Amino acid sequence: MVQISLRNEADEVRQSSGLASIAADLSSDQRAFKNVSWGKAMMWIFLLSDTFVFSCFLISYMTARMSTTVPWPNPSEVFALEIGGTSFPLLLIAIMTFVLISSSGTMAMAVNYGYRRDRVTAAVLMLATAALGAAFVGMQAFEWTKLIHEGVRPWENPWGAPQFGSSFFMITGFHGTHVTFGVIFLIAIARKTLRGDFDVGRRGFFTSRKGNYESIEIMGLYWHFVDLVWVFIFAFFYLW
Amino acid sequence: MTHVATHDDAQHPIRLYFVVWGWLFVLSTCSYLVDYFHLQGHLRYSLILLFMMLKAGLIVAVFMHMAWERLTLVYAILLPVGAVLVFVAIMVLESDYTLLSRTVNPGLL
Repeated sequence: MVQISLRNEADEVRQSSGLASIAADLSSDQRAFKNVSWGKAMMWIFLLSDTFVFSCFLISYMTARMSTTVPWPNPSEVFALEIGGTSFPLLLIAIMTFVLISSSGTMAMAVNYGYRRDRVTAAVLMLATAALGAAFVGMQAFEWTKLIHEGVRPWENPWGAPQFGSSFFMITGFHGTHVTFGVIFLIAIARKTLRGDFDVGRRGFFTSRKGNYESIEIMGLYWHFVDLVWVFIFAFFYLW
Repeated sequence: MTHVATHDDAQHPIRLYFVVWGWLFVLSTCSYLVDYFHLQGHLRYSLILLFMMLKAGLIVAVFMHMAWERLTLVYAILLPVGAVLVFVAIMVLESDYTLLSRTVNPGLL
């Protein structure tokens, strides 16, 4: 018996590539995702469902823009920023993009330092990520204010197709909400890391479960996803 | 529950993340320049899509560690995204039809 189970485990490790391994994993007993913890698998599945939500927003925007007979406002001009009399197209959006990418960079490093058990560096990098995320939301608030002052509403705007406003507020608003929740989530995980919860196995106040350093990686998955969604919003809404 | 880890994140040098970060900056600058230089037509759209896919690929593969995940998880997450592309194709046809009917019967809408 012992020998059989040992051989099965050896098979599991060996068959980690090729379509045959997928068939073996999915038809196996109890666990399909062999070396993936439930927390990470669940975060990925949540992110897949979130992908569908954002896809629906972007597809409805595409449908509105493709089917309208009224010209679509030119995002390059709408989102231009004037500095010292010169108009830079999409300047604020470009800065927001770089801020979010930088936050993804610090997050990836926080995950790495977490696995090295360097909790202070990991926590500081997570707080830096949260600060960049908060800066992003701040710039988005500035952008919303500017557009609302210029007369953009979900049902009308001064430049063209009325669906522009509803698409803009819905897509960037939903994304901004994700960033905001990410910032709160980041601060919570950074606090746990800094306090050493993952070293001493302290139980969480909400779940009563012992956390571990993989929590930082799972947090990172969510944060990188928010950056990933922005890549698509930037391409389809602002540049197209 | 025991956590079976075959991939330890600590084995990646920090340099890897700096390289990817740098490339994301370069690719974002490139997509911004597409707009800055007012490129138009097929060139504009293909460049936007190219830079977008490269950035998305880097984020998913390296930052989200998808490149080192077990193949079953990779397929379970990436294959369903194909359904989105089918949905896009359906809505492109639908939008073309709506635009046609609005152009032919401007009084209706």
